[in-house]
Amino acid sequence: MTTMQKLLQLPVNAVNIVKTVQSQVQGQEEDKSPVLTPDSGQHSWYSALQPDELRHLRSGGSGGGGGGGSGDHEERAPQEEGGGGGSFQTQPLRHDDLKEMLDSNKDSLKLEAMKRIVAMIARGKNASDLFPAVVKNVACKNIEVKKLVYVYLVRYAEEQQDLALLSISTFQRGLKDPNQLIRASALRVLSSIRVTIIVPIMMLAIKEAASDMSPYVRKTAAHAIPKLYSLDPEQKDQLIEVIEKLLADKTTLVAGSVVMAFEEVCPERIDLIHKNYRKLCNLLIDVEEWGQVVIINMLTRYARTQFLNPNMNESLLEEGSGGDRTFYGSDEDEDEDEEEKEKKAETPAMAKRKPYVMDPDHRLLLRNTKPLLQSRNAAVVMAVAQLYFHLAPKAEVGVIAKALVRLLRSHSEVQYVVLQNVATMTIKRRGMFEPYLKSFYIRSTDPTQIKVLKLEVLTNLANETNISTILREFQTYIKSMDKDFVAATIQAIGRCATNIGEVRDTCLNGLVQLLSNRDELVVAESVVVIKKLLQMQPEKHSDIIKHMAKLTDNIQVPMARASILWLIGEYCEHVPKIAPDVLRKMAKSFTNEEDIVKLQIINLAAKLYLTNSKQTKLLTQYVLNLAKYDQNYDIRDRARFIRQLIVPTEKSGALSKYAKKLFLALKPAPVLESPFKDRDHFQLGSLSHLLNAKAGGYQELPDWPEAAPDPSVRNVEVPEWTKCSSREKRKEKKVEKPFYSDSEGESGPTESADSESDSASGSESGSGSEESASRSESEESEDGSESEEEEEEEEEEKEKKKKKKELKKPVQESESEQSSEEEERKHQRKTKQRKSDSESESDEDEESESESSQSESEESESEAEVKKKKKAAESKPPSKPVKKESKKEKKEMSLLDLDDFEPAPSPQVTPVNTFLSNSLVTDLEGLSLSDTVLSPATIAPSSALKNYELLHRITGEGLSVEYCFSRQPFSPDANMVAVQMQFTNNATADTKNLHIEDVKLQSGMRVKEFSEIELLPAGETATAVMGIDFCDSTQAANFQLCTHTRKFFVSIQPPVGELMRPVFLTENEFKKEQEKLLHNLGQLMGMNEITEKLTLDMKCRNEHTIVQRVTTAANLSRVPCGSDKECRFAGRTVSSSSLVLVTVATKEEGAAQLTVNCEKMVIGTMLVKDILLALTQ
Amino acid sequence: MIHSLFLINHTGDIFLEKHWKSVIGRSVCDYFFEAREKAVEPENVPPVLQTPHHYLISIYRGKLFFLSVIQTEVPPLFVIEFLHRVADTIQDYFGECSEGVIKDNVVTVYELLEEMLDNGFPLATESNVLKEMIRPPTILRSVVNTLTGASNVGDTLPTGQLSNVPWRRVGVKYTNNEAYFDVIEEIDAILDKSGTTVFAEIQGVIEACVRLTGMPDLTLSFMNPRLLDDVSFHPCVRFKRWESERVLSFIPPDGNFTLMNYHVSSQNLVAIPVYVKQSISFFETGPCGRLDITIGPKQTMGKTVEGLMVTIHMPKAVLSANLTATQGTYTYDLATKVLVWDIGKLNPQKLPNLKGSLTTQAGTPKPEDNPSLNIDLKIQQLAISGLKVSRLDMYGEKYKPFKGVKYLTKAGKFQIYIYMFIFLENLMSYLLFEWLQCVLKHSI
Repeated sequence: MTTMQKLLQLPVNAVNIVKTVQSQVQGQEEDKSPVLTPDSGQHSWYSALQPDELRHLRSGGSGGGGGGGSGDHEERAPQEEGGGGGSFQTQPLRHDDLKEMLDSNKDSLKLEAMKRIVAMIARGKNASDLFPAVVKNVACKNIEVKKLVYVYLVRYAEEQQDLALLSISTFQRGLKDPNQLIRASALRVLSSIRVTIIVPIMMLAIKEAASDMSPYVRKTAAHAIPKLYSLDPEQKDQLIEVIEKLLADKTTLVAGSVVMAFEEVCPERIDLIHKNYRKLCNLLIDVEEWGQVVIINMLTRYARTQFLNPNMNESLLEEGSGGDRTFYGSDEDEDEDEEEKEKKAETPAMAKRKPYVMDPDHRLLLRNTKPLLQSRNAAVVMAVAQLYFHLAPKAEVGVIAKALVRLLRSHSEVQYVVLQNVATMTIKRRGMFEPYLKSFYIRSTDPTQIKVLKLEVLTNLANETNISTILREFQTYIKSMDKDFVAATIQAIGRCATNIGEVRDTCLNGLVQLLSNRDELVVAESVVVIKKLLQMQPEKHSDIIKHMAKLTDNIQVPMARASILWLIGEYCEHVPKIAPDVLRKMAKSFTNEEDIVKLQIINLAAKLYLTNSKQTKLLTQYVLNLAKYDQNYDIRDRARFIRQLIVPTEKSGALSKYAKKLFLALKPAPVLESPFKDRDHFQLGSLSHLLNAKAGGYQELPDWPEAAPDPSVRNVEVPEWTKCSSREKRKEKKVEKPFYSDSEGESGPTESADSESDSASGSESGSGSEESASRSESEESEDGSESEEEEEEEEEEKEKKKKKKELKKPVQESESEQSSEEEERKHQRKTKQRKSDSESESDEDEESESESSQSESEESESEAEVKKKKKAAESKPPSKPVKKESKKEKKEMSLLDLDDFEPAPSPQVTPVNTFLSNSLVTDLEGLSLSDTVLSPATIAPSSALKNYELLHRITGEGLSVEYCFSRQPFSPDANMVAVQMQFTNNATADTKNLHIEDVKLQSGMRVKEFSEIELLPAGETATAVMGIDFCDSTQAANFQLCTHTRKFFVSIQPPVGELMRPVFLTENEFKKEQEKLLHNLGQLMGMNEITEKLTLDMKCRNEHTIVQRVTTAANLSRVPCGSDKECRFAGRTVSSSSLVLVTVATKEEGAAQLTVNCEKMVIGTMLVKDILLALTQ
Repeated sequence: MIHSLFLINHTGDIFLEKHWKSVIGRSVCDYFFEAREKAVEPENVPPVLQTPHHYLISIYRGKLFFLSVIQTEVPPLFVIEFLHRVADTIQDYFGECSEGVIKDNVVTVYELLEEMLDNGFPLATESNVLKEMIRPPTILRSVVNTLTGASNVGDTLPTGQLSNVPWRRVGVKYTNNEAYFDVIEEIDAILDKSGTTVFAEIQGVIEACVRLTGMPDLTLSFMNPRLLDDVSFHPCVRFKRWESERVLSFIPPDGNFTLMNYHVSSQNLVAIPVYVKQSISFFETGPCGRLDITIGPKQTMGKTVEGLMVTIHMPKAVLSANLTATQGTYTYDLATKVLVWDIGKLNPQKLPNLKGSLTTQAGTPKPEDNPSLNIDLKIQQLAISGLKVSRLDMYGEKYKPFKGVKYLTKAGKFQIYIYMFIFLENLMSYLLFEWLQCVLKHSI
């Protein structure tokens, strides 16, 4: 039994009830049936049919077009034969037929009937009289029948409320079904039935569904809220409660729907959003696209109430620089001046304020919406664009331009809306779209409305630099076939001319040329625009006025003629000869002119009379006389009025003295401004903005608050939220999240693809597995894990300090004391973790475990790796932890190292990191000791590294180089000594391409060069590590150090103590090895041991100092020993791994004996010298 | 949000209506009809209209108007985008979006509309989800349905809506697993008369047809992703992955879908595949003009140009055209004044040419308006921007799918300005003549 079929099942008794009621209803219906009681019945179905009938009449009246369509339907519905009039007669019969089919037992018949009924509904025909027959099929088992019945119910339930109640029990039953889909579908239909009686039932159902387990049902509940609200607004308070509850929902499925409900029911309750703000921001990217639009629009409004204007400081500065302003006409200037004034008024208040810092929540919103600019859904892109326009700092708004330009390639309706918004944006932020100027070029195939809008945008974008290209485009547009568009182009040219002074003359000339166009519309439009332009500086253009005067012979468009006449009249002193002549011609044709032209002729006459009465007195009187008897009372009035004003009579009033002032007053130039000016007080992208009128239900975009409301209202009670640092971090991380959070629970396969990116943190805190939990949950857990992480780090920090202290403690301290239990645990855990982390290492593990000492050292190694991984985020540590294994092991380990760290083999590091890594090594060794049998004092004090000069600042022409032996294994080649070089550029110029060339070495020696330092800026310092295999000799390595300009010959000579690396040995092992060296080598006995007597320096009589001095002189490690009279040290040479054993036996009063055992006699001899020097000084 | 939807054909007949809230009478459409009459072309009807009580938002697709009725503030793009989604869905279901098809499947369309919106708010717009609820008709199924009375309605409720991969249905099974990607690029260009590019850009789209079993996770990478300047994705594409690695990583929907749209950065010079030599002139005396057009290949990257077609919107005054084409056929529609020259394949050896005379209405002045010349073409196996798919990897499933990538270049809005020289000369002489007349008159 499928889930759907379950839904269809009604309890037996319910079915019976329905059936009985049904039969009753049917009985009644039959009584009313038109066949039985024609009077009443006819009335009922006639009235029901009325709208349908009207349509038939209308379509018949409107012509054959409609008839064809309806005829088509008739053919497909066999019962419905004949034309419109016929169906009028046959419809009741056909309905009977349908009823019969619905009552039958066969599902196929029922289905057929339902299909026909739905087809009728779709075509807008009335099928309400079938309600009783249909509603009882709500219990039908066939799914499609059932679905169609639902469709019918939702359509007609409102009209037949009583009967609709019969179906309610089915849905109530469905609401309790164990299957979530059935619950959801029942709620959906139940809430769609607009029957007021069931409001309480709906309310109850919604409340229940809002706390349903299934997010899908909760989503349906959110959808049902506005339905109930529109049915009964009284329920608002209760519904708000439900909304509040659903807003707290953490699933993406619900978020979009509930915000939509919020917007429809209680958009003013912005306080409900506070607690959910961050969650909504974070979920946004995974919400379905329609929900995204609603949420973004709502959040825009929210942000306007909660955050400060990010541009409040910048705007002042920008306004001051004012590059933009010059292009705008005077109109814009005025406007901006006002703004500026306002701002100045604000300034004192602002000066007191702290410099603007964006609220992290504000930033969160901007950051989380940005990726949605890449959505395929134009509405989402537009929503983000308006959010950025209204909320982002000026510098960041630019990102939306590209996305909006992309939308211009979409359907023309989308273009239409986008261009409207772009037009508004270009007025405020022109620079944003300037790079995309060409995208607004017009094509002949664009619809006119698009062309006009593009023209608007182009005009807004015009400035001195691009005006020539824009005008060239305009010139091609003028030749278009679309005359409305041409007219708009001419107006656009006019606007460009007023806004950009430089091209005013060019534009005027171009427009004057257009006056010769054969199309009257073009000419007329040009005249009107020229008139406006000339008004700005008439004295310069008397020749154009003259030219236009001549046009009166040809131009017939009244508006254009009127404009010309007005111009001549206004500037008659510039054309003193032509003006009377024009009036003469006009007087001749006066009676045939249009009214507006006549009015202008009167005006012209009056003005000429005042300036040049000698020539025009008669003409004026003639014109006024003609006007006196004109049919139009306006013209008669005007004539009378003017005559009284200008013609002096004995009765003329005081006004006539001022006639000249009245008529020839300076008129202000008209303003040509964009119709999109100031539209941005509407939220962009909204219907209200498009219509430039407030639409019903439009929520005003509030102004920025003066002071930000308390941001803590957005804090959620989870402790992690309030912790500032962790929140910051958390957000950082959120950004790293993939576009589609694949860590959501159900999507198995996606996880693998993306969760990798999180593994860096996961390996440390062990929260990696939690990532795969559903997103909402993982959010919480992430928080948790991170704080945990933090804690852990802190702990480690402490630990490190502790270790350091311990290191300084005398050697004798026992191991058990040192390793506290806690540390031990910690260490073990880490080791375990490491094993699980890097399975690749497990092989080595097994191998090394055979030898205890090695395994220990490797333990420390792995420690280092764990740590390194942790630090990996910051930078790659410059050196590898110390190695103490046999040669074979070593190789393997180094291979491993390579594998692990190959991605960034460059040993370049900054000094800071060097320090870090040094201390790291120290710590590591400390750690490794805590659970080994070795004494802790075997560590070479890393702080005592001695620096040598490689290149002096003066010889190096500003470049100075120092080097030291870092005593760390050189990872690319374990047989090399690591030399750490520090380059300092003391010159004023940058040094480039620092590298090594022309290496001259003794045979057998090898050098691993550091990778080239591409740039060393003046005053900066860089560090690099190179490896040199000295072949256990103290021969210098010579090479050239090259910069991009110079080469310097330098050499590195190692002290013998640096040619070895420490080895950990126990006292017994030490003695054994010493024996071996002494005896096993037979004949050469004695050659491997060099003994020297010495007197210790006064300061150097205690054991601690001895150890320190020896380890400083040579890279050896201390061997634990029982006697306090002897200090033993062990090491191996780097290249050949020959054992080097050193013993210092102290006696009374500073006397001591130094013994060095080594296969390499040269090394031994030199080492003795060095150690002697170190101990006696 | 969306209150009602009316589908209106080009003759102004409402042939389908759907109300998601209470019923709104058809008379509301009268405002639309008024606007429709005012606008000469159907494209020119404003998409948003205001009536005393309602707002009408409409789109024009496939010679049909989809008219939605709105009562309160809603982002207009939201509605427009949704209406286009409706049209897309109908096209997806029935192969085309036309009056006939909708009338034939009126019940299915009605059911679809019912599922797509709930109380005016979009509910299920993903094609894969819808197809699970309401099965698209096939020939076989319609035959079976008529015989057995079975239905098109799915017998299970879709699970897609519940998952977080709503665009893919679960339990997809194919015997042949295949994934095809079509990289289609369009050149939008405006050339001036001399052939200089005024404006040119390349838009691309990757259409995918993926028929893979289970839940495959695909990764598509490009040889040269830097070419892509601006992109928009199907919701399935992981944006972060693209940001960091420039690869497309996604769980594809089942069947056909648009994976991404892109725009090639404007720094790259756009190769213009053809050049056009044209001259259209009208004689001062006599009711005729002359037309001569030759098309030749320019930068075709060694591929053949196919499906070449030239469309010229002639000035209104041109009555008829008497032309000869060396290749292809031409038609001149007297009513719309559109000359269409269908050339077909471009042969570089023998350039196609269209030559002949134009007849203008006697007694009317020479046409003033500029005809515009639009070019349509196709180049197979070439993405003109040079974009190349380097590889497609599949994770999450064991089988080996068949993969294929196809490239295609098309002319998008490819327009060439035409200036009529004779006309301009005429203009000059006309001006002179007028000027002289004025001077003469004035001196008298």
